[in-house]
Amino acid sequence: MTELSYVRTEMLSPQKPPASETGIVHWVRENLLSSWGNIALTVVAAYAIYIIVAAIGPWLYRSVWNAESLQDCRAIIEARFGEGKTGACFAVISQRWQQIVFGFYPRELYWRPMLTLVLMLVALGPILFSWVPRQVLWFSITFPAVAFWLLWGGTVWLPVMILLGFVLGYVAFRLVSQFNGLAGAVLAALVPVLWWMFLCGAAADAAQSVVPIALIKLGSDQFGGFLLSTVIGISGIVFSLPLGILLALGRQSDLLIVKTFCVAFIEGFRGVPLITLLFTASLLLNYFLPPGTTFDVILRVIIMVTIFSAAYMAEVIRGGLAALPLGQYEAADALGLDYWKAQRLIIMPQALKISIPSIVGNFIGLFKDTTLVSFISLSDPLQVVSSIRANQEWNGIYWELFMFVGLLFFIFCFSMSRYSRYLENKLKTDHR
Amino acid sequence: MAESAIDRSRMQVTDEVAIQISGMNKWFGTFHVLRDINMSVMKGERIVICGPSGSGKSTLIRCVNRLEEHQQGQIIVDGTELTSDLKNIDIVRSEVGMVFQHFNLFPHLSILDNLTLAPIWVRKVPKKEADEIAMYFLEKVKIPEQAHKFPGQLSGGQQQRVAIARSLCMKPRIMLFDEPTSALDPEMIKEVLDTMIQLAEEGMTMICVTHEMGFAQAVANRVIFMDQGQIVEQNEPREFFSNPKSDRTKLFLSQILGH
Repeated sequence: MTELSYVRTEMLSPQKPPASETGIVHWVRENLLSSWGNIALTVVAAYAIYIIVAAIGPWLYRSVWNAESLQDCRAIIEARFGEGKTGACFAVISQRWQQIVFGFYPRELYWRPMLTLVLMLVALGPILFSWVPRQVLWFSITFPAVAFWLLWGGTVWLPVMILLGFVLGYVAFRLVSQFNGLAGAVLAALVPVLWWMFLCGAAADAAQSVVPIALIKLGSDQFGGFLLSTVIGISGIVFSLPLGILLALGRQSDLLIVKTFCVAFIEGFRGVPLITLLFTASLLLNYFLPPGTTFDVILRVIIMVTIFSAAYMAEVIRGGLAALPLGQYEAADALGLDYWKAQRLIIMPQALKISIPSIVGNFIGLFKDTTLVSFISLSDPLQVVSSIRANQEWNGIYWELFMFVGLLFFIFCFSMSRYSRYLENKLKTDHR
Repeated sequence: MAESAIDRSRMQVTDEVAIQISGMNKWFGTFHVLRDINMSVMKGERIVICGPSGSGKSTLIRCVNRLEEHQQGQIIVDGTELTSDLKNIDIVRSEVGMVFQHFNLFPHLSILDNLTLAPIWVRKVPKKEADEIAMYFLEKVKIPEQAHKFPGQLSGGQQQRVAIARSLCMKPRIMLFDEPTSALDPEMIKEVLDTMIQLAEEGMTMICVTHEMGFAQAVANRVIFMDQGQIVEQNEPREFFSNPKSDRTKLFLSQILGH
């Protein structure tokens, strides 16, 4: 045998790792005390945490949940914990939470937004989770009309007739497109618009006079607080994603007019601050609309927020599209899939998957931006907080109210963020 | 890949034309990539196209299912002429299967869904039947046990066999192979070539862009050599390899076979 030759005669079986490589001791040593610099950082961080807890802890501990006013609160705290002690006065929240959540919505009608919330969770089910039966999607499609009716009230026939517009468009498309595809597409857009503009209102009135079903009608000025933020935020989220997808596809289109329009739309609306658009919605739009049109202010805001967010969404999705290898398009083409089928089955599922973190980031941004509507004198939660603080009883309170509003926003945004993580993991098929 | 092991009983060239290309020219911008291509492919023919890189061989077969658009001349596939008419393009594409160098499986779909997607959405085959067809072809390429995995979990050779099965699920009359083994490890090339040979034995009309000269000798009934966007030489494989006529062919063959 030469020195270079070696043959193993016996294979080794795997052994347990030494104790120092597992368990809590290992974790602490690895993550907190791995070097002198690391030890120093651990000590500093521990001290910082101590300072914060020492400052907030007692304040939270001495909190009061039942009181009529801030003076009341202070008196209770001093009586309980001694002269000069301060504490959190959460009594303001137990007294006024309805106002922050529902705005000026009539108290006896709170069941309507509550029911809308429950129905919304049902409608979101099949969209968010694949284990929910697909049949529920039909409810999801009609949910916007249901929510509109429950929240604003009035005759049930108006949302029904608005939905009927979509059905009419679909029927026109099916009837005509077998003879001429382009004419079918044009009619599919034209028929509903004409219906909504000229016949929809009259048809709703007629149906209402025959079969009167109605809820108490509420004006948009009665919306406020978290309800307002949610209505604007969720509508913006729901409508901006499909619009963003269409804009992203349009931007990549070979058709010059479509492409130019989409580029102009995206760049135009991205280049303008949201507040400008909101002012446009509240003031300027009235000049452009035919005189006498009453166009609900919340609806106008929703349209503007949707457009603004869709312009961002389009660019995010374009990023996802650009990340896809050309081979995916070619494989779809080679199998004989047409453009829309290829987009729907091959391209979009992958492009959207790539863009999930940015899309959800945009959603979260949009949701928080709904507080900007206070600039056009709609009462977002912060506006409601200001009006509570302007009251004599609660004058001088701020931490507790802002913490509550912050918590509500956090719950919403954090759920979106967790859902996006869940979705990313669920769709992970590349096994890197 | 001994030649004797191949069953030639069904490898019959008919006198029916499958693909007719006449006077075809194509430019990429100002670059004249395909120049005056004239060729016809009979049903049952197995054609290997080879040539140096940039010679236009991939572009040529990509013109056959309109992944590339030609600017002059005529391409008729199975009686349908390829023009800008989208309907004709869709007809041709559903009759012609294509296998790519980089497999191009859909990574977000399971193997089974990769195979059933086009039959269900293009051919309108019911889901259950499409599943059966898919399993039949997965058996055929010898990986039925991978049906519920995702492409990312398979080796390169397995992915390419799935890609072949995916094309076959559309029951194509013609198969195009665009360098199907160039992205594979040596050990995996054989399993893909075996699948292709099996296909040839069943009488499939095939055009393969490949540098696997062993495959060409064993299966092809015609070898086409391309350079600078033109067909330089074509012949039956034995003649082509043992007695190349043009100097360019001789140089090419000496370079790829010379080591």
